[in-house]
Amino acid sequence: MLAYIIRRIFILVPTLFGVSLIVFTMLHLTPGDPAELLLGERATEESLHALRDHLGLNEPLYVQYGMFLKRLIKGDLGETIRTRQKVWTEIKQRFPATMELSFVALMISCVLGIFLGIISATKQYSIFDYLSMVGALIGVSMPIFWLGLVFMLVFSLNLGWLPISGRLSIDVDLSVITNFYIFDAILTRNWIAFKDAIWHIIMPAVTLSTIPTAIVARMTRSAMLEVLRQDYIKTAKAKGLSQFKVVYKHALRNAMIPVITTIGLQFGVLLCGAILTETIFAWPGMGKWMYDAVMQRDYMVIQGGTLFISTLFILINLVVDLLYAVINPRISVQ
Amino acid sequence: MNSEKFMSKEKSIKNPEDRHPMLDQMSQLWRNKIAVVGLVIVIIFVLAAIFAPSLSPHDPVDASLYDQLKPPIWAEGGSSRNILGTDDLGRDILSRIIYGARVSLLVAVFSVGIAFFFGTLIGAISGYYKGTLDNVIMRLMDILLSFPYILLAIVVVAYLGPSLRNAMIAIGITYVPRFARIVRGSVLEESEKDYVLAAKSIGARDWRIIFVNILPNCLGPLIVQTTLSFASAILDAAALSFLGLGAQPPTPEWGAMIASSRSLILRASWVMTFPGIAILLAVLGFNLLGDGLRDALDPRLRD
Repeated sequence: MLAYIIRRIFILVPTLFGVSLIVFTMLHLTPGDPAELLLGERATEESLHALRDHLGLNEPLYVQYGMFLKRLIKGDLGETIRTRQKVWTEIKQRFPATMELSFVALMISCVLGIFLGIISATKQYSIFDYLSMVGALIGVSMPIFWLGLVFMLVFSLNLGWLPISGRLSIDVDLSVITNFYIFDAILTRNWIAFKDAIWHIIMPAVTLSTIPTAIVARMTRSAMLEVLRQDYIKTAKAKGLSQFKVVYKHALRNAMIPVITTIGLQFGVLLCGAILTETIFAWPGMGKWMYDAVMQRDYMVIQGGTLFISTLFILINLVVDLLYAVINPRISVQ
Repeated sequence: MNSEKFMSKEKSIKNPEDRHPMLDQMSQLWRNKIAVVGLVIVIIFVLAAIFAPSLSPHDPVDASLYDQLKPPIWAEGGSSRNILGTDDLGRDILSRIIYGARVSLLVAVFSVGIAFFFGTLIGAISGYYKGTLDNVIMRLMDILLSFPYILLAIVVVAYLGPSLRNAMIAIGITYVPRFARIVRGSVLEESEKDYVLAAKSIGARDWRIIFVNILPNCLGPLIVQTTLSFASAILDAAALSFLGLGAQPPTPEWGAMIASSRSLILRASWVMTFPGIAILLAVLGFNLLGDGLRDALDPRLRD
């Protein structure tokens, strides 16, 4: 087990190295002069030269890459072109919003997906099973940017039940501590802001959760069916345990092993979806930040954001894999 | 492995006539109602794409000042001239959706084609030669997989510049690892078998063994992956176009149509609604078919 963990962490190093190399080459092999990209077309020759010197662009590429890595290790992602702020500072402001949204979406997916999956598996070929599996198929095929707009049209513009965009109403005050608004509202016992934040997060979170919910439901169903077929379940039934105990105490535990991996992998889906969802609902997170950067060609933000998100993604996948090994001891033997 | 052999033996007892396994698979697919529904949807979209010029009632990019924002035929003020209504430039939505099928399927064919070609090549080499080469290639694939794929596509497009062609390339690149992994796994398994040894011993060249002898035996999972990738390529291309990173106006592309109708959401919700339904149906069709193919082609999943 320990050997497995060490091996996995050891693999992490070349992977992260590769990611940094890809992100670096993307900026530097793009046709055109990075200095010109950074300063815009109307920059003077002197300022271009000064920036090239400052960025070390006159050095050979491998020296530049070394400098880039050195800055990275110190946690320096450079400055944004738009605001001249540290990229890292902006990430710290934006990331909690994305995390909050993703977390709520993931909670919805887990609860709803696992619930639907269990019921479908225990009542295989029933109307409920059929409907929820067709629903799940529609869910994985859903263009969520469109679904978000439909929700917006129905629930805010026509019915007026939910706020159309943003994280908080303008007239609601909240002293920001952690930048996780729901958490901040609880910390400061600001229940008005708490309700307002919840109200704002419902629509984007439900939109974002569509595809993961469908995936989790399908995975839970097939994992449950697999387990329910096994002999020890028959034994459990034969010794007279109630259906509830058989399903939730005996079957669910083993069925959860692949489901947990699936849930962990949904994080990537959520981050991809966040770019779309945040753009639609004007949610001030990483996704919208990166989208704006792409639109305004802020290459420093694209570079820093990509590095940050992919590193996070790799780390989370590692944690999922390790957790998987912990709950399923068979894996480390292989 | 053993159970598989046992199953096939049992099967041959049930079916005494010596049928080609593909016939079995086809009838398996045909019995799967959901897969048939998927197949029908896919065929409809393919036909729409091929015969777009004769099927669509109007030109997809011709603006008509007098027909701006006409509602669909069943709504008040709608007419049979524009069955699904018109957009803010007076273009017929039905025609744009039919031509959109052409754009979406083309994007899917090209991007999945790129991924299929490079993924199969990389995977086959990796699985056949094993060892260090395999390790290096698979590490590279892991790195590529470690980018959330739409982010990778967005970054590629951000550097190459927004256009439909670049969106195709971006999606193609992001899909390479899935194909490489599947092919590698199958080739790894197949290359241990006796027929490969036999081919080697009569002096067949490596590329012949890989592409003529081994690969045809790995087709099942490849076909499934290709079908499912079609679904996600259509979805991702629409998402990129929605973000303004794919098809540019006036191209009749579903995602771009939704993006340009965002400001009309209250005044003319139909402009946004129909392209979304088109995306959903096309993606659903390929997903249903892919699921059905997986059940039919993978004997391990049959019960």
